[in-house]
Amino acid sequence: MSEVNRRLAMLAAIWAVLILAPLWMPLVGGYTALGTRVLVLGLGAMSVNFLLGFTGVLSFGHAAWFGLGAYGCGLLLKFVALSTPLGLLAGTLLGGILGGLLGALIVRRRGVYFAMVTIAFGQVFYYIAFQWSSLTGGDDGLRPFYRQPLHLGVATVDILHGSTAFYYFVLVSFALATALMGFILRSPFGRTMLAIRENERRARFLGIPVEMHIWIAFTLSCFFMAFAGSLYALLNNFADPRGLHYSQSGDFVMMAVLGGMRTFWGPLLGAVVFVMLQDYISSITINWQIFIGLFYVACVLFFPRGVLGILRRKATT
Amino acid sequence: MTQLILFNVTNGLIVGAFYVLMAIGLSLILNLSNVINFAHGGFLVIGGYVAYTLEPYLGFWGALIASPFLTAIIGFAVERLLISRVYGRDPLYGLLLTFGLAFVFEDGTRIIWGAQGKPFTIPAFLSQSLSDKFFFITGYRLFMVAMVAVMIALLFLLLRFTRAGMRIRAGTLDLETVAVLGVNARALRSLNFAVGIFLAGLSGVLAGGQLGLEPTMGAGLLMPSFIAIIVGGVGSLVGTLVGGLLIGVASGLTAVMLPPASEAIMYVLMAVVLLVRPRGLFGEEGMLT
Repeated sequence: MSEVNRRLAMLAAIWAVLILAPLWMPLVGGYTALGTRVLVLGLGAMSVNFLLGFTGVLSFGHAAWFGLGAYGCGLLLKFVALSTPLGLLAGTLLGGILGGLLGALIVRRRGVYFAMVTIAFGQVFYYIAFQWSSLTGGDDGLRPFYRQPLHLGVATVDILHGSTAFYYFVLVSFALATALMGFILRSPFGRTMLAIRENERRARFLGIPVEMHIWIAFTLSCFFMAFAGSLYALLNNFADPRGLHYSQSGDFVMMAVLGGMRTFWGPLLGAVVFVMLQDYISSITINWQIFIGLFYVACVLFFPRGVLGILRRKATT
Repeated sequence: MTQLILFNVTNGLIVGAFYVLMAIGLSLILNLSNVINFAHGGFLVIGGYVAYTLEPYLGFWGALIASPFLTAIIGFAVERLLISRVYGRDPLYGLLLTFGLAFVFEDGTRIIWGAQGKPFTIPAFLSQSLSDKFFFITGYRLFMVAMVAVMIALLFLLLRFTRAGMRIRAGTLDLETVAVLGVNARALRSLNFAVGIFLAGLSGVLAGGQLGLEPTMGAGLLMPSFIAIIVGGVGSLVGTLVGGLLIGVASGLTAVMLPPASEAIMYVLMAVVLLVRPRGLFGEEGMLT
């Protein structure tokens, strides 16, 4: 099979599995909301990987934009307007714009220092969400708000009560976001990101404005992340400060690494592994963390390209 | 009011001294090995709990001395077996790995010692207040500050006057050249890591006496240490020292003026430093930036 055909076959397989998920998930003991969770967290992990895997920059505070997206969406639904699309828009803009502004402050940092600074700034938003309880509900989280029916002109879809309908709503949103992400990565801009990842100094010698590119990539990634966060608020009808905490950022990074950074679909696979393990092990023992932790440590040490990286190497040799 | 401010400044200095002890270990490891040790908080917790386990046999003073050494040995083993494997790779792998280790340590502590908090008893004469007017200065807090001061002094003497210390300082600037000159860089990194973890273990014992022990306490204390390093400047231990004290006092003072912002002020301080002087107060130009 040629490279192009193999790629197309893989894409077709991924989408077939995702589209048919509400049919096969109950057969293997899952439920639809779990599938929705995988999609949302997977999109978050893909946003982290957009930076980590394709620009070579690790943001360890990305949960801040995820959580801000959730709050933006929730606050709009609670106080301003009863509209799901407007909620998504509000969340995405809130997280994306704030992320872009702070990004301008930190793009000159590199490597572990960049990671440290992003964690610390992410924590600022955690504390704001935690302390400003009159607006955000503080530690108890933001509620009540509910996702609203979608008016599509010809028909109205109730995504609040039907979990399958909501799954497909999230799947369509996910498809749009990943299509845009894939389009950016294939564009000359995306190729430049790879060049920076591979050798920043040479990219600079070629006259590429490196800081500008990293800033744009960071900002785009924040928008994707905030979009995922808005979907997360819709999924739970709830937003809470823990969504902004750096341990949440760590979860996203773990998903990206488990699945395979530097691959486009790896983080989604990582999210599948993470959410399934968490759901399954936590039903047996409260100490689920140690199992995921050990699995992840083994991955970092021995399979730094993640699960998808291993599969791909097997396929090509 | 004056007493309130004095109370909070003193408090801030004491808390700051504690941040310094933790941050300086992190800083040592970061400077030489270019690894942000996310598991530092995990080692702190291990130090505290080991002391808790040893206390019935060795008493407070015995546990205070033995626990940091045991923690350093655990740290040495972890470095040798796991962390040293990622030195040759992109520096980000060190961060990814230690984050996973922090995850494992926290849950491991919970499995061994239970999720419930544990009290760590300190000698009665240390828990008393030293004067009626300044009721907040307990013997234990002064003792903590004294311990931090002694440890920092020892560390600086070690780095200044011993051969190993000189090599660590040289390696911070250029480890490759130091290795070419015939120094065993592998061993140097392990030693340096163990010293850093020793300080984390000691922080754990001291923190246990003040706050009690909980499996999650390490994660909460890690963030101020990061900020201390960023504010002080990466690559400078003096910077970390000043940075830690500074954020301690700043958050102590904010606790009087605007209580809800007492945590956030550290981050504000960090943002200001990054804007005005991106390399940090004492950072060298070009270090890790």
